[in-house]
Formats: sequence, C-alpha cells, structure tokens
Amino acid sequence: MPAVSKGDGMRGLAVFISDIRNCKSKEAEVKRINKELANIRSKFKGDKALDGYSKKKYVCKLLFIFLLGHDIDFGHMEAVNLLSSNKYTEKQIGYLFISVLVNSNSDLIRLINNGIKNDLASRNPTFMNLALHCIAFASEIPRILVAGDTMDSVKQSAALCLLRLNRTSPDLVPMGEWTARVVHLLNDQHLGVVTAATSLITTLAQKSPDDFKTSISLAVARLSRIVTSASIDLQDYTYYFVAAPWLSVKLLRLLQCYPPPEDAALRSRLTECLETILNKAQEPPKSKKVQHSNAKNAVLFEAISLIIHHDSEPTLLVRACNQLGQFLQHRETNLRYLALESMCTLASSEFSHEAVKTHIETVINALKTERDVSVRQRAVDLLYAMCDRSNAKQIVAEMLSYLETADYSIREEIVLKVAILAEKYAVDYTWYVDTILNLIRIAGDYVSEEVWYRVIQIVINRDDVQGYAAKTVFEALQAPACHENLVKVGGYILGEFGNLIAGDSRSSPLVQFNLLHSKFHLCSVPTRALLLSAYIKFINLFPEVKATIQEVLRSDSQLRNADVELQQRAVEYLRLSCIASTDILATVLEEMPPFPERESSILAKLKRKKGPGNLPDIDDARRNVNGNTEHSEKTETTNKVTLVRTASAYLLNLNSTPTAGASLLVDVFSDSSTLASVEVSDENFPRFVCKNNGVIFENQLLQIGLKSEYRQNLGRMYVFYGNKTSTQFLSFSSSVTCNDTLKNHILSTSSVDPIIEGGAQVQQILNIECVSDFTDAPVLNVQFRYGGTLQNIAVKLPVMLNKFFQPTEMTSQDFFQRWKQLGAPQQEVQKIFKAKHPMDTEVTKAKILGFGVALLDRVDPNPENFVGAGVIHSKNTQVGCLLRLEPNTQAQMYRLTLRTSRDSVSQRLCDLLSEQF
Amino acid sequence: MSLTTHFPLCFLFSLFQMQFMLLFSRQGKLRLQKWYVPLSDKEKKKITRELVQTVLARKPKMCSFLEWRDLKIVYKRYASLYFCCAIEDQDNELITLEIIHRYVELLDKYFGSVCELDIIFNFEKAYFILDEFLLGGEAQETSKKNVLKAIEQADLLQEVRHRMKSK
Repeated sequence: MPAVSKGDGMRGLAVFISDIRNCKSKEAEVKRINKELANIRSKFKGDKALDGYSKKKYVCKLLFIFLLGHDIDFGHMEAVNLLSSNKYTEKQIGYLFISVLVNSNSDLIRLINNGIKNDLASRNPTFMNLALHCIAFASEIPRILVAGDTMDSVKQSAALCLLRLNRTSPDLVPMGEWTARVVHLLNDQHLGVVTAATSLITTLAQKSPDDFKTSISLAVARLSRIVTSASIDLQDYTYYFVAAPWLSVKLLRLLQCYPPPEDAALRSRLTECLETILNKAQEPPKSKKVQHSNAKNAVLFEAISLIIHHDSEPTLLVRACNQLGQFLQHRETNLRYLALESMCTLASSEFSHEAVKTHIETVINALKTERDVSVRQRAVDLLYAMCDRSNAKQIVAEMLSYLETADYSIREEIVLKVAILAEKYAVDYTWYVDTILNLIRIAGDYVSEEVWYRVIQIVINRDDVQGYAAKTVFEALQAPACHENLVKVGGYILGEFGNLIAGDSRSSPLVQFNLLHSKFHLCSVPTRALLLSAYIKFINLFPEVKATIQEVLRSDSQLRNADVELQQRAVEYLRLSCIASTDILATVLEEMPPFPERESSILAKLKRKKGPGNLPDIDDARRNVNGNTEHSEKTETTNKVTLVRTASAYLLNLNSTPTAGASLLVDVFSDSSTLASVEVSDENFPRFVCKNNGVIFENQLLQIGLKSEYRQNLGRMYVFYGNKTSTQFLSFSSSVTCNDTLKNHILSTSSVDPIIEGGAQVQQILNIECVSDFTDAPVLNVQFRYGGTLQNIAVKLPVMLNKFFQPTEMTSQDFFQRWKQLGAPQQEVQKIFKAKHPMDTEVTKAKILGFGVALLDRVDPNPENFVGAGVIHSKNTQVGCLLRLEPNTQAQMYRLTLRTSRDSVSQRLCDLLSEQF
Repeated sequence: MSLTTHFPLCFLFSLFQMQFMLLFSRQGKLRLQKWYVPLSDKEKKKITRELVQTVLARKPKMCSFLEWRDLKIVYKRYASLYFCCAIEDQDNELITLEIIHRYVELLDKYFGSVCELDIIFNFEKAYFILDEFLLGGEAQETSKKNVLKAIEQADLLQEVRHRMKSK
C-alpha cells in the first residue's frame, strides 16, 4: 500500500512533475519550468492573499525545480510564512524548504528563528520536533534534553541538535549542570536516545575530555550488555542479526577519546568486550546477506581501531592483525580494502609490527592482482608501512616492478616511497645508487627534483660509494635514450667524481666528456647549464681534455647562445679556464664539501603529499644510517663552485654573505655588554609586520627610518638615521643585540660615521639570514652625544618570521589536501579576536599580502573569508604555512587559523598577524 | 555572515559525521541532495558534478569506498539509483554503507517496493524519511519501526488537517 495516496495529494504538483517528465527535450523542460516560475511569481505577487494550501503547493513546486538543478531566487518569504501556520503539513513543507534552500547567512534567518522559537515553546511534541530538525538557536535545548517529561523522540532530536550547535558555535550553549546529566542518557532505556546521546557525548568529550570521564564506565557497561545480548534481545535495534551495530560503533568511538581505563576491573571488562567482538568474527555467519556481514564487520573494524588506539594489549593487537590477515584474502573487495587500510596503522605499533610483516606475500600479491586501483594504492601504503631493514630489499624490488605498470595517478607517490625506503634501509649504498638509477630509468618523469638532489647529497657525503656511483652512472648513460634526470645526476656525479673511474681506458676522461656532450643538445636549458658546470669541473680534474672543452665552450652555439644563462656560463667558464692558474682553478673547482645533515627533502615532500598521520614513524632511524646526527647550525662558508641547482641561480657561488672587506664590517656582538639597560621602544614594531618600509622610531632629536627587502631566507635592512636638530651628533654609534638563538641570524652590519651633521641623514646596512624559526626580535642600540649629554636609544627591529615568506599559489584542491595533512592538533593555532580597525576587505587583503603569503581566490567557499598560503624559508628548513581568516562583520570579530608543520611557527605567525586587524 | 557557520567540508571541527548525501540516477540526474555542512551553491554544484562523474565511471566489482579530496566517499547502487555519502577520514565505512541500506529499507517499506519514480514524485516524503533517520549527519533513530511510526504519525496528522480543511 503506497502510503502516499493518503494525506494530501497536491494535485497541481503531481501534474507539474508529470509534465516535466513528459518533456521531450531539454529546451521543452526549461520552457515548462519558466512558465511555472512565472505563474508562481505572479501568484505570490498578486493582490489576492493566498491560502496556506496554495502557498504550500507553490513552495513545493519551487523545491522540485531546485532539485532539477535550477536556481531559485524567490519564495523564501512565503516559506517562512508557512512556518507560522498552525497546520502541520504547511509547517512541514516550510521547514523542508528552509533546510534545503536557505543558507544560514541569509537575511531571513531572524524571521526563521522567530518561527522556530514559537514552535519550541509550544507543548506540541510534533511541532517541537520539526523545529529541532531545522536546527536553530536556543539555550532551552539542554533543558528539553534532560527534562524528565520530554518524549523520547524529542530527546533524540534535541541531543543531535545540541551536537550540531556545539560544533558550529560552542559559545551559544554554555556548559552547565546539564552536562553531568547528559552522560546518564547512556543508561536510558530507549536505545534510540542512547544512540543520539552517544554522538553528542563523543563530541563534547573530544572538546573537554575531563568533564566527561564518567562516560567511560557507562559506555563500557552499555557495550558489554550489547555484545553479550542474544541477537533478538534488542528487537528492532537488531540489524540483520547484529545487535545495535550503530550504537556499538558509536560507543567504541566514544572510548577512542580516552586512553585505556585505569580501573583494572573496568579495563578487563572492556578487554572482554573486545575479545567477544573478535570471537564473533570467527563464528559462522547467521545470515548470508551482505548486510549482516557488513554490520558485523563495521563493529569489528571499530573495535580494532580502539585496540590500535589503546596500543597496550599485545594479545589483542596480534589477534586483530590475524583477523585482518584473513580479510586480506576475502572475496569482498570492500573488506580487502579496509583490511589493508587498518593494517597500515597496525604496522606502526611495536606489538604488532612483526605480525603484520608475516602477510607480506599476500600484500605483494594484492599489488599484482587487484583490479581496483584504490585497493592497489592501499597495498602500496601497507608495504611502505611494514617495511623495515629485514624486508626492505624485497619490498623495494616489488614496488619498482609494480611501478612499470602502475597507474599514472599514483606513480609519483610510489617514486617518493621507493626513494625514501631505499635511503632509509640502505646498508650497502651501492644498492641505494642502483635503486635510484632504476627509479629514474623506469619512471623518470615522475622523479621530482627532490629525489635526484637527494641522491647527489648522499653520494657527496659518503666516500665509499662515490667510485661506484661514478661507474654506474657512466654505464647508465651509455643507453641510447636516457631520461633527462639521469643526465643531470650523471653530469653532476661525473663532474665531481669522474676521476675515480678515469683510470680505466673504457671510461677515460675524453670518453666521459664525449658521452656527456652527446646528450647535451637533447636537454633543456637547466640541464645544459648543469652540464656546462660539469665541463669546467672536468678541466680541473683532467687537464688533458682542457683544449677539447675550451673548444666546445668557444663555439658559437655556446658563446652566442640565445639563453642568457648559458651564454654567461660559457663566457665565464671559458675565461676562467684561460686566465686562472692551476692552483686557483683547483681551489675554485674543488670537490663539493659534504652537505649538512637535515631531514630528507623527499620525506618532507611525501609528508606534504600524504599528511603526517599516515606516515609511520620512520624518520628518526634515518640519521643513524648516515652516521651523522649533528646538525650543523653554523653558516657554512664555501668559496667553491657549486654545480648550481637552478638555472637562474648565481654562477659562482661565491657565498652571498660578504665575508670579504672585513674592514667595513663591525662585529656587532662584541660591545653589546657595555650597553646600559635602556627601555626598548617597540611601539611601532607591529606596524612593520605587513610592510617593510617606514619610520620605526622618532623623538625630538632623531628619526630612524627603515627600508628592507627579503628574498627567501636572506634579507637586507637599510637603517636611516636622521638628525632632526641643527647641531651635530657626536660619537654616534649603533649596534644590534639579540639573544643567543637569534645570533646567527644577523650576518653583518655596516659601520656608521661617528658624526652626524645637523639635518643630515646617514645609512647603515644590515644583512640578515633566517637560520631557523624564531620569535624574538633583535634590538638596535643607538648611542650618541647631543649637546654634551649621552643619548641612549634602543629600538626593537622588525625582523620577523613572516618576512621570510615566499607566497605559494595553489588550487583549491591542493589547499584542502594540505590543510588536511596539517591536521595534528599542535600544528594548528587559532585565535578569535575583536577587530581593532574598521573591517575593510581591501585593507585586509593588502595586509595579508603584506604579511607575505599568496592570497588564494576562490578557495574558500565563503567569499568573505581569506585564505593564504606560503613557505617560510630558513637556512635549515622550509616550513609550509596555510592560513585562514574569517571576518564576522556583525560581531566585529575575526577568527584566524594557521596550520604549519611546526607548532612554534604556527604560534608565532598567529601572534604576529592577529595584531594587525 | 556569521563566524559560526562557514567551515568548508568541516575544516575546523574534523569530527566524524556525514558531510552530505546524494542520490542520482545512472544517467547522472540528481534525485535528492542533503548537505550537512554549509557550502555555497556553487561549491555544491561543483562537488555534485565531480562526484557523479567519478562514481559513474567506476566498474561494478570495484570497492564501494574511494578517497576523494580529503573525504571518503561511500556509495552503493540500488537498481537505477546511486546512493552516495561523504564521510570523514576517521569514519567507519561499513556502517555508512549500512546507513544507506537502512534508508533504502525505510523508503521501500514506506512506498512499498520503492522505485526511482516514487522518489521523483514524492521527493518531499523521501526528505522527511531521511530527516527522521539522520539528523545533522548523525543517525538519530536506527529502529526501522520507530522511524516509520514517526512518519505515519506525521501522515496521520496531515490527514486530520486535510479533512478538517475539506469540511
């Protein structure tokens, strides 16, 4: 019996829908819709007051038109009117229209609120429910929830309504005495109420775990009752012979907000529950229906999540792993997918890592045979997670062979994973070199710069592998068609270590050179530039090929190359080789010094791709492999030619920090102790967060102006001292002081003349480098004599972390992905604050741009919000940073959220920026 | 515009919850959409278009879950209709699959072997049923009987009013 026939058939609506369905073409449909829209419009506008029924009918038609994908821009008012009707059906349609079509930022919200409030105040449970469904504002909801006389169904709605409110605007529902009573809803007799309440409690517990600790014991008790109940006990809450699967999942979820219970009895009760759930998985199914197995396994997977979350019961972990092992070969694709996914997290627990490893063959097999790419992707993830020294060679080999046929969408990720595993578990570095070269051979296009930079870093840092690397790249380059990335690696390595294999007549200097040069014309400009640098290095390594190489450099195709970078290199290298003596050549072109140890850039890249949560903890072990854990903090001065990495970079890396000409530079730290403590002026400091130029200090005598420019991790600040008086300043001196952590950041300051004439201005230059992230700012101390008295001035210099931003443009999708990846609680910093200045969109935009990030348009679905992205460059690392600013003009408030991979950076940036609005 | 309501895809409060549910036909026609996160119409349209395309392109034997943006998509096909839910990373896929199934059961029971046409002509009923079952993206009442009871009561209420009106 289609129940639809009863109640009020809205004939007009049915006719309209049939008409639409009978339309033969898209045009006819649009025509019919337009006709209807015109009709509705005129009806709504007409003088005759419409009765409730027609209003309802037309609103319903509008809804249908909206569902067909057309925009609806009127009728909202009528829908709101329906709310105040005292007929149930009319009210219902009104609410439906509002919940589907009205956005919460609409002007109508006040009217809607009114309607809802009236309904909430009524004693009619159905009306109350309707209102709750629409989800509104009302501080009465907690009262409804815990009141003894409220009907169960209303309680359910109220619980979820509160949850919703709590998520979106926690301040509207203050915690109060009701919170304690909410927990007891877990004991309610009505399972529907318990289900709804569990969702609410979980949300609340995530926010303030301590307030809801009592829920642990109640949840365990409830869970225990459910899992031990016979399947029919719970009547309608049994779903295909599984007792209350939804509630069980939610309870297990709630328990994941907490560590394992401390109370021993409670703990053993929970363990019993989990064991029962695991046992049930082994029982024969009570039904062949897929719904039965899905519901049962949903509970099982949630239980396994809890076991992994607790990570404290080895037996449970191993049992969970064995259970998942069975699923790996299940005929249901869904289960195989989920088993692979869950096992990834199990692999990172010390208790179950070994157990996971036993399934390696099955997983490899999945990689080869699964038809669904998303399942194969999970298999790759799992292989990566289960890899350790014992199985690294096998796993890397399998991944490499899979790479040959892998889907294009996941190739880059596999390349990164192989590169990381190969580096991390390399005992023997010849294997590492082989693996990476294979990687370039198989999937050269997907080998990002990070990967080949890294192999060069490692070869340079490890003497024992250099000869082998030279030999291997030499052999690999013999192939008639080799990938450009291989040419890059080959060029670099032969340029540095070609001499190690030059003894063999088959790879004599001339052969090496000819081999490299044979690829030259097929390569892009950056690679050619790199090859030219390799050639000049050859001249140093092998004097016997000097003439040949000079000939090449001298040819028109080099000296008159259209590309300015190539031309400049050719000219300079040629000149260098002609005029420099062998000694000078040997010094300038000496072998590269070892790179300072730092986090592998590849790992950083993979983290960016996948998010830290998905990566098992493998980075620490890496350092031991390389045997060098020191972090060199000092600025390394190398006056040697580096084979420049990017084409646009400087030719001879004669160290960008001016260490020569020391007479011009003063040691800025030597006399800092002599300074008396003067109050440091920082009132203008905040003004420089979003701009680089301006006046930082001014009194009757002196004005200090600043002009600064920053590029990546380097900066230069021009300080202008203006004498505002008509008399001289005598024994003028200035110096920069800063605390120890900041010391490395100031590279040099130029000296200033001790006398500043009246009305004159002098300039001082500061060179700055960002070594690592910092919060303090340096202080500029100025001393001079004016009219016989000694003046002491101290000014906080606006050298801030955000100055080292490099803006990053990205698509909405990238942004979301990265945002998600930076999801760990310590990576996010958020601040809600009152606006101190008028809220002007253009001004805000300018400030955000001035802050240094790229302003991303159309990333945030709400156009009022601002979203930005950038990378902070420091000598040691680069920190990606995402920010989001949400203005609320009504409340004159802002909310600022920052996510970066480092908590200290997030915090500092948030502090800096939040002061600006 | 208020601070409290604009979190694209639940950006900030990444708690488990269903983000939205879409029903569409094999031809890619949208039949029902329910959003549990506030998004602009433009964004909604974009998401719908993208998802419908992705899901329709998948072969029958493939698994019912896929990663999409930063969400997990759980979908299932019933006859000519696809039911498609977006959930968060931490959410339970299988239980979501059964949420879909329970909803289908509810429709089935109410309409008596439901078909696509029932949902087209009685979309408001389909919405009411969904609202009784899920609220704000959370399962409100998982008992089939209770949901149907609630719907029947509502229908009854309609009828009473209707009669009163026709008198």
